[in-house]
Amino acid sequence: MWILQLAWKNLWRNRNRTAITMASIFFAVVLSVLTSSIKTGIFDNLIKNVVSFYSGYIQIHKQGYWDEQILDNSFENSTVLERKLLNDPRITDITPRLESFALASAGNITKGCLVVGIDPQKEDRITRLSTKLIAGKYLQAGHNTALVSEGLLKRLQLQLYDTLVLIGQGYHGATAAGKYVISGVAKFGSPDLNDRLLYLPLGTAQVLFEAPGILTSYVLSIQDPKQVNTISTDAQQLAGKEYEVMSWEQMMPDIKQHIKTDSSNMVVIQLILYLLISFGIFGTLLMMMAERRFELGMLVAIGMRKSKLALLLLSESILTVLAGCLLGILASIPIVWYLQKHPIRITGNAAKAYERFGFEAIFPTSTDSAHFINQGLMVLLIGLVLSLYPLLKVTRLNPVISMKK
Amino acid sequence: MSTVIDAHNISKIYNKENIPVYAINNVHLHINQGEFTALVGPSGSGKTTLLNLIGGLDKPDEGKIEINGIDITAMSPNKLIDFRLRNIGFVFQSFNLIPVLTARENVEFIMQLQGINKTEREARIQTLFRQIGLEDKMDSRPSQLSGGQQQRVAVARALASKPQFVLADEPTANLDTASASNLLDIMALLNKEENITFIFSTHDARVIERARRVITLVDGRITSDTAKVDTHVQH
Ligand SMILES: Nc1ncnc2c1ncn2[C@@H]1O[C@H](COP(=O)(O)OP(=O)(O)O)[C@@H](O)[C@H]1O
Ligand SMILES: [Mg+2]
Repeated sequence: MWILQLAWKNLWRNRNRTAITMASIFFAVVLSVLTSSIKTGIFDNLIKNVVSFYSGYIQIHKQGYWDEQILDNSFENSTVLERKLLNDPRITDITPRLESFALASAGNITKGCLVVGIDPQKEDRITRLSTKLIAGKYLQAGHNTALVSEGLLKRLQLQLYDTLVLIGQGYHGATAAGKYVISGVAKFGSPDLNDRLLYLPLGTAQVLFEAPGILTSYVLSIQDPKQVNTISTDAQQLAGKEYEVMSWEQMMPDIKQHIKTDSSNMVVIQLILYLLISFGIFGTLLMMMAERRFELGMLVAIGMRKSKLALLLLSESILTVLAGCLLGILASIPIVWYLQKHPIRITGNAAKAYERFGFEAIFPTSTDSAHFINQGLMVLLIGLVLSLYPLLKVTRLNPVISMKK
Repeated sequence: MSTVIDAHNISKIYNKENIPVYAINNVHLHINQGEFTALVGPSGSGKTTLLNLIGGLDKPDEGKIEINGIDITAMSPNKLIDFRLRNIGFVFQSFNLIPVLTARENVEFIMQLQGINKTEREARIQTLFRQIGLEDKMDSRPSQLSGGQQQRVAVARALASKPQFVLADEPTANLDTASASNLLDIMALLNKEENITFIFSTHDARVIERARRVITLVDGRITSDTAKVDTHVQH
């Protein structure tokens, strides 16, 4: 106990030095918490954008659909399966889709398009399709109307409330053909989708493709995106072998790869940060040991065991590092919180790239407590490893040499 | 009178590989309980080296040192630290005290190392500060004390552990005449009243005068060893 008291007093002997050490630890924690939470925030946001844009976090198809996306690889609408899935509290919503290719024509212009039959209400809850509307009205179940992407509309040289004809192949080789009024126009960030997408109410699409009660996919939304893999595995169990359950990572491996690459870049930045503070802390430790050389020798000379002296120095380090870490964590909480409420907005080319894909280039930080804990512990660990240096010096201390003028 | 220190044929050799320097050269030293002995000699004559050897801070290259019949030259480093804590009081030339502790805390420190309980520590602190005449400075930091006062606190600390003897390496070297004389008064009084054994090195003539036995070192050898009437000196 008295060793701790002495350690505490020693912290105040050279306030500047203690302040420098604490400050470097403090900033280290703040900066690494920030990088970590911004990093995660960016990726979470990216995933959220991409996923909610079209794919959803999890999709269920008939086994084999993803490799061969044709209408015959479809399944019967199953309220039993829907109910089973929704029984899992981690799954918040399910929306059915029937997707297939068709030709859209008007006058003498014909263009290929991707027809997506949707449940307008449920779809909107998951992908917020209605927010992409730039003209007209959102789809309504049962109507013979289409929601057309802006690019497709232009390519067909049509306007809102014009009529277009869809021709294609229906379920089991039937011929699909239908006439629809364009009731709404939507703009999508992805140029590719913006040129090809066409939405119909699910029932209308099923009539078109002569596929009553048939779906190509269920799109699932989940409570916690981090649990996507376990939920996906569980859902596969629930659905059985005739279905394939895929997470967004499986459906879009390139995005997963992109995140991985960027993550490792961030790790390098963090390593540099750790290295910088290590030098800072080590410098103050060197200074401290040089300044106290005589005193430490004197303490051993008068009978202080080296183990006790080591304990004293370790207590001093721990107090400094711990205080710096705690203050750093405390200070980073409001900063991270503020950056979540007032997200970082990227400008310039990067922003344009994001906007092209229909995402706003804003990145709220992640307020996951793991950032504070992990980064705090990491810096704490660095501090403790560095404080082994004084301990090493103490074990080698020779009082006669230390006390030589 | 009982023997406290018995050093047989001790030598300390530096620079053994090249041209060996005998900092201490075949010295015999015998110190009895209650002595008040000065170690004198020019700078570089080996005073500090000899004190370090008999204080167990350094090991001789030749010879053997016994404290109360215990051979300290064979002790392991940790044992030796504990031995110093319990048997030897140290007063160095300067910077004896821990700067962040008050005078009383510095004295208490060594008793905390010894594991002495609070009541006993408190009682001892009162006695010691009365003996060094600094009852009113107990709560001052070393930086708030004069050099002489700091050395008196160092003496109190050296005594706090109830050692067999106190070694003081040029304790007055950084003091003015009045402070030096005052420190010597206190040491002499403690020696007389409590029979505390002091061995101090010095090259200050006025300090030498106060000693009851004077051992002179030249080039690591004892060249003379004289005692005043009331001390038994054996050669
Ligand atoms: N660590 C050392 N390495 C080499 N020589 C030393 C060392 N310490 C002391 N000496 C030498 O030993 C001799 C005695 O030194 P010292 O005991 O300090 O003398 P004093 O205290 O009487 O001035 C001197 O010649 C000194 O140079
Ligand atoms: Mg000397």
